[in-house]
Amino acid sequence: MEKRSLYNNKLLPYLLLAPQLVITLVFFYWPASQAVWMSFRMEDAFGTTTEFVGLENYVSLFQQRAYYESMATTVIFSIAVTFLAMSFSLLLAVMADKQIRGGSVYRTLLIWPYAVAPAIAGVLWLFMFQPSLGMIGRGLISIGVPWNPMLNGDHALLLVILAAAWKQISYNFLFFLAGLQSIPKSLIEAAAIDGARPTRRFWTIVFPMLSPTTFFLLVVNIVYVFFDTFGIIDAITHGGPAKATETLVFKVYQDGRLGGDLGGSAAQSVVLMVIVIALTAIQFRYVERKVTY
Amino acid sequence: MAEVTLNDVRKVYAGGVEAVKGVSLDIPDGGFCVLVGPSGCGKSTLLRMVAGLETISSGQVAIGGRVVNEIEPAERDIAMVFQNYALYPHMSVYDNIAYGLRNRGTPKDEIDRRVQEAARILAIEPFLQRKPRALSGGQRQRVAMGRAIVRKPQVFLFDEPLSNLDAKLRVQMRVEIKKLQRALGVTSIYVTHDQVEAMTLSDKLVVMSGGQVEQVGTPTEVYRRPETRFVATFIGSPPMNILPGLVDGDGRVSVGGLTLAADDLPAGLEPGRHVDVGVRPEEVEVAPAGAPGAPFAIDFVEELGATELLHGTLGGSPFVLQVNTGAVSPGTKAVTLAIPSRCVHVFDAETGKRLGRAESATARAA
Amino acid sequence: MVERKHWFSTLLPHAILILGVLIVAFPVYVAFVGSSWDAGTIANGTMPMTPGPYLVENYSRVILSGNATAREPVGPMLFNSFVMAMIIALGKIAISIISAYAVVYFRFPLRKTAFWLIFITLMLPVEVRIYPTYKIVADLGLLDTYGGLAIPLIASATATLLFRQFFMTIPDELVEASKIDGAGPWKFFKDTVLPLSITTVAALFVIQFIYGWNQYLWPLLITTREDMQTIVIGIKKMLVTQDALTEWQLAMATAVLAMLPPVVVVLVMQKLFVRGLVETEK
Repeated sequence: MEKRSLYNNKLLPYLLLAPQLVITLVFFYWPASQAVWMSFRMEDAFGTTTEFVGLENYVSLFQQRAYYESMATTVIFSIAVTFLAMSFSLLLAVMADKQIRGGSVYRTLLIWPYAVAPAIAGVLWLFMFQPSLGMIGRGLISIGVPWNPMLNGDHALLLVILAAAWKQISYNFLFFLAGLQSIPKSLIEAAAIDGARPTRRFWTIVFPMLSPTTFFLLVVNIVYVFFDTFGIIDAITHGGPAKATETLVFKVYQDGRLGGDLGGSAAQSVVLMVIVIALTAIQFRYVERKVTY
Repeated sequence: MAEVTLNDVRKVYAGGVEAVKGVSLDIPDGGFCVLVGPSGCGKSTLLRMVAGLETISSGQVAIGGRVVNEIEPAERDIAMVFQNYALYPHMSVYDNIAYGLRNRGTPKDEIDRRVQEAARILAIEPFLQRKPRALSGGQRQRVAMGRAIVRKPQVFLFDEPLSNLDAKLRVQMRVEIKKLQRALGVTSIYVTHDQVEAMTLSDKLVVMSGGQVEQVGTPTEVYRRPETRFVATFIGSPPMNILPGLVDGDGRVSVGGLTLAADDLPAGLEPGRHVDVGVRPEEVEVAPAGAPGAPFAIDFVEELGATELLHGTLGGSPFVLQVNTGAVSPGTKAVTLAIPSRCVHVFDAETGKRLGRAESATARAA
Repeated sequence: MVERKHWFSTLLPHAILILGVLIVAFPVYVAFVGSSWDAGTIANGTMPMTPGPYLVENYSRVILSGNATAREPVGPMLFNSFVMAMIIALGKIAISIISAYAVVYFRFPLRKTAFWLIFITLMLPVEVRIYPTYKIVADLGLLDTYGGLAIPLIASATATLLFRQFFMTIPDELVEASKIDGAGPWKFFKDTVLPLSITTVAALFVIQFIYGWNQYLWPLLITTREDMQTIVIGIKKMLVTQDALTEWQLAMATAVLAMLPPVVVVLVMQKLFVRGLVETEK
């Protein structure tokens, strides 16, 4: 869609765009292209010059066992968080969508965790599940669970998953609720007249009608787990124990911080870029479908 | 105040679509010109070119003798009333009306005087401090009018200003617009797709179709003597009946075996030529029993209150007849019609152009 | 709708929602309780479920003097977070609204290119270009400055798209009426577009303020001086690997303080928040 009536100044539009474009070019495109360029180069032994090495950085990246482990961690993490946060939020949204007393109060009480920083969410959950002093951590040990996220990688990953899912409940809840409220009441009424009981109505009418929202949230949650959980991981486990909670983004950060292999770190960044592009592309296909729906 | 002249004005869009195909028009100072036609006929585009909202592909638009092709809307000294009113939603009624004057640096007290005057004329004084959303459709329409008249422009442009109102209000505002225009004497161009609005408002009626002018004239001229089949069916309600026929000799046509006399049909047309014969539903009368005429078989009746529409067949073609209620007793299946020869319009079957005598309609009327 | 209701089916939604609210609130409640006890009680693992007597002491300590591990008191960290969040939120809104205005209301060479350049930044989150961006900020001498904290984050494809989408809903007739009323592009922006955009701007502000306040990775990288630290980073630094040394009561007090501003913003401006969230993602 385009506007019918326009202004035809020559210089003004460029001036209006300049601040955004300058920042974009300096802080987005230049660094991104640097990452791509660096990923094809390698430093010499003294770290003074670099030379072109083709795909060598990528080859050695994909030969690292650690990289595959990190990828597996990220995938498990994504699936668990997405499933937990989405199913629980959908349940809450369906309940809040019923015309019950105090519906808006529940909504208010459910949405505020959106405002909690991921890193702080991590700190809160660590405080509860810390094995020696955390309220729940001690509780688990007292009933005989050998709970120790500081040493046990599975426990650490579980804790990170819980914190990340907790933080995402509000977001999913809001979108599911908005999705539910946009389903025309007349459809539900027609189904009721057609003899469908509430549970059947949910699965045959409501849930299919929600599918655009569900799909959208699926992508958003995956992107969230990939990129926005850095703070949670850094606060709770620092990627440990023994790299059990090291996601791809955390690995880029960690490897880069230790310094040295600039090319390898750049190659990791490029792989991440490809993943974001793929996820965004999927999201656009969805947006497009929604537009032409 | 000024006359508006359009000289072979064309609009070709970037994609090559020709929305307006060469329109020439003279609107005298103080005249009320209505552009009417179905949607997509180019009437709005033409108006927007006069406003300066669309560029002119070729030809010239002049306001008060000044060619305005390259002049910006603000400098054309025009005011426009939009279909959706285009009121600034965040400004009060007062500010909406005053905005154009403020942008032109009119002194404050002068602005206030003019806004108050416009508000008084339009009876919107009680609402001046309200926001547009707190007004009814009719009131918004008045504010849009106020915004136009406060500027005392040379030309008013109206783009379907009444089509968002309900039927009753539309009739009322129609009358008010006409009165206001008379009182102010400002040259006006008015676009509408509603032929009743077009007939009642205009002193110069322009019927458009497919980017071209079909006919220009007073409402009566256009109604009495439509120049094309398109105009004949577009102006008038219910629309003119069109029946396929043949030329049957000087001043006569035949329609499905019936022979009709047509006053306006020129002499010397070859017999057997295909024509379209037009007859207005309201100009035909039911002949007394036994009198000669055209047999009309009635299928069903639509009652409109004072009048009735009789749907049926005449000479093998569908035909509609409008009569006063009660003129035909209920249940009647067939009547004979008297079709006056001055009411028979004949159009070329291919071009749709009127086959008429050379003398002008005005001479005929006199 | 007429529907037979079992007492169970009217109670069930409330039960589930209350459970949801408890799950959502519990971690924060525990943090609050933690911030009201002394180090000893917490370290023993004997902290009860109810607030203790050390509330005032703990909060005055973190606000005024900081603790042993992060020597910066929380006051300046809150200030840093506030400044960063404000620059990010206002900066994003300002540069996005004018670029969307340019893209929607003007036709000029390279318009599409400019639009796509902005659009594609959606695919380049800071996480995928951490170190090269760090290097540029360092080269520009922006490490440990508010500019360095905020400016790289204020380019915004989502805000630009949102404003573009909103501008598309402004009827064409308003521009046309403005032109006839003698308003040029700047006057139209100031007198009509901006006032009409107020709710969009406010909704966006709520979302972007929270976004800015909660930044973690970026400030972690580019702040080295302690007086430039934001509060979210500050808390992390209070956690010591050897748990015995962590002053949990102070860390929790700081966490509560760090959560307070964005949570208050969400609760007070709930309508705008919901609108902003739902619309930026559309």
